[in-house]
Amino acid sequence: MRRLLSRPARLTRAQIITGKTLVHLILSGLLAFQFFLGVTNQLGADPVEALINFTGLNAIHLLFITLLVSPAARHLPCGDIMRYRRLLGLYVFAYAVSHLLVYIFFELQRDWSLLASEIIERPYIIVGLCALMILTALTVTSFESLRKKMGRRWQSLHNLIYVCLVLVLLHFSWSQKTIIAEPLIYWAVAAILLLPRKDKIKTWFGFSKRKRR
Amino acid sequence: MPKPFKPSVRLTDNDVTDEDVYKDRRRLLKSMGFVGASALLANKAHGIGWFDDDEKEPFKGKPLEFSTNSEYSTEQAQTPYDKVTSYNNFYEFGTDKGDPAEYADKLTYNPWQLKVDGLVENPVTLNYDDLLNTYSLEERIYRLRCVEAWSMVIPWTGFELAKLLKQAKPLSGAKYVAFETLYRPSEMRGQNSRFVGGGVEYPYVEGLRLDEAMHPLTLMSVGVYGNTLPPQNGAPIRLVVPWKYGFKSIKSVVRIALTDKEPPTTWNRLASNEYGFYANVNPKVDHPRWSQASERRIATGGLFARNRIETKMFNGYEEVAPLYKDMNLSRYY
Ligand code: HEM
Repeated sequence: MRRLLSRPARLTRAQIITGKTLVHLILSGLLAFQFFLGVTNQLGADPVEALINFTGLNAIHLLFITLLVSPAARHLPCGDIMRYRRLLGLYVFAYAVSHLLVYIFFELQRDWSLLASEIIERPYIIVGLCALMILTALTVTSFESLRKKMGRRWQSLHNLIYVCLVLVLLHFSWSQKTIIAEPLIYWAVAAILLLPRKDKIKTWFGFSKRKRR
Repeated sequence: MPKPFKPSVRLTDNDVTDEDVYKDRRRLLKSMGFVGASALLANKAHGIGWFDDDEKEPFKGKPLEFSTNSEYSTEQAQTPYDKVTSYNNFYEFGTDKGDPAEYADKLTYNPWQLKVDGLVENPVTLNYDDLLNTYSLEERIYRLRCVEAWSMVIPWTGFELAKLLKQAKPLSGAKYVAFETLYRPSEMRGQNSRFVGGGVEYPYVEGLRLDEAMHPLTLMSVGVYGNTLPPQNGAPIRLVVPWKYGFKSIKSVVRIALTDKEPPTTWNRLASNEYGFYANVNPKVDHPRWSQASERRIATGGLFARNRIETKMFNGYEEVAPLYKDMNLSRYY
């Protein structure tokens, strides 16, 4: 047992592919199943709200898990789990896009003028949209080839995930009728995820003490 | 001197023996493997049935006697009973809309006491049976428009609040009516924890102007779909004011006090820029965080139901317009 933990475990190619297939099956399966339940009216009184909540909450959960990958890879004797990070990140995007699509097609029911005015007038929608734009940028630049081409700029761009996290939580808190509610737990989890990275974040975003005056 | 409105009446404990015996019996049955299958079937309305706990029987109300065909009833398609009783905002039991259906079965609503006092000549106290038997009951099929921009059509059973107020005889100084929900943290988990209860200050209080309260549309409801109210809908008695946003229709009422001053109201206290005292349904005055111009009608049908409809002034109850004839309704929202 000890040896198992102390010796770095390498995953074989086959293991990685199997693992990725499982992640695909589970995450797209859950999403598809939830839509199936919605279409067949098995999601309680208001399937639209149920789906908005399902996609929104799980996008955040996946974002948390994605942000957990690199610290986990550093502390566990299995660096190979890093190879799942991109995949998980893509599902954050997929769930967030479904969230927006549910909003447009089932909540607003393709009332485009209402969509336009809601985007302009509602701060929590704007905040959600900004978060989704960041996710989009990260998704389209997530290919290995692009990553190599972009060099250091890739890392700077992808650091925006921390901004995205904060925006998403702001969106979540703002969408509730009261302040004291579920999102508080999410802010706490986010703090736990961000705290170990605080020095890095400070440097990246230029708050570092070493910065020239 | 009129007394200021103070949240009060704390009902005392009562016998829960029956329920305990019942639960024990269920536990026994369950251990013998009887309950599982039937509960699974009963749960099919919920998405992922395997996660639901199978301890719970759906609430069964007592049938009521009442007259129908009120001129105030709408003919629009009704929201199914399952939806009316499983999708509730009743923060005393938690902020999720499924929480009341899950946790409100703890509420002891019989015995009950509803007191009508304050600026009245003749204070009234109604006990549980009085609530159902003092006034002749009628069915009113009303639209209910939630401030969150969804709506339902619900057949309530009840009596006009005016009947009760007339019995209490408001004094000439009475201008407002203050309402108060039961405060009983031992049975209402949201009152026990600020987190579960959404940070709301309890007991929940609401208010109406006296003329609003006396309007024939204003109903004290004791039933839904012909049976007594399930606790998640505000058993044993709740207010229904169909031309105002749902949060005005206070549930599980223990006190009605007539006052000379505008009484505090819970959501207004929590966020006065978002929820006013009047809270009349008004498509032209948006909630700061979303539009009130349209709503989604929760009826039958799943995801593809085309249920977004225009919101009407006073939720379509135009007959109340004279109550507000010289008022600026965007200022008094
Ligand atoms: C264009 C972008 C977006 C729009 C238009 C949008 C819209 C909405 C709407 C309408 C709600 C429901 C509010 C309510 O009725 O309670 C909501 C809630 C929520 N959204 Fe978004 N959203 C967007 C982006 C995002 C993103 C990117 C995420 C996460 C990655 C997210 C996560 C959530 C969460 C967690 C909730 C709360 C769900 C709950 O109350 O259980 N949203 N959003």
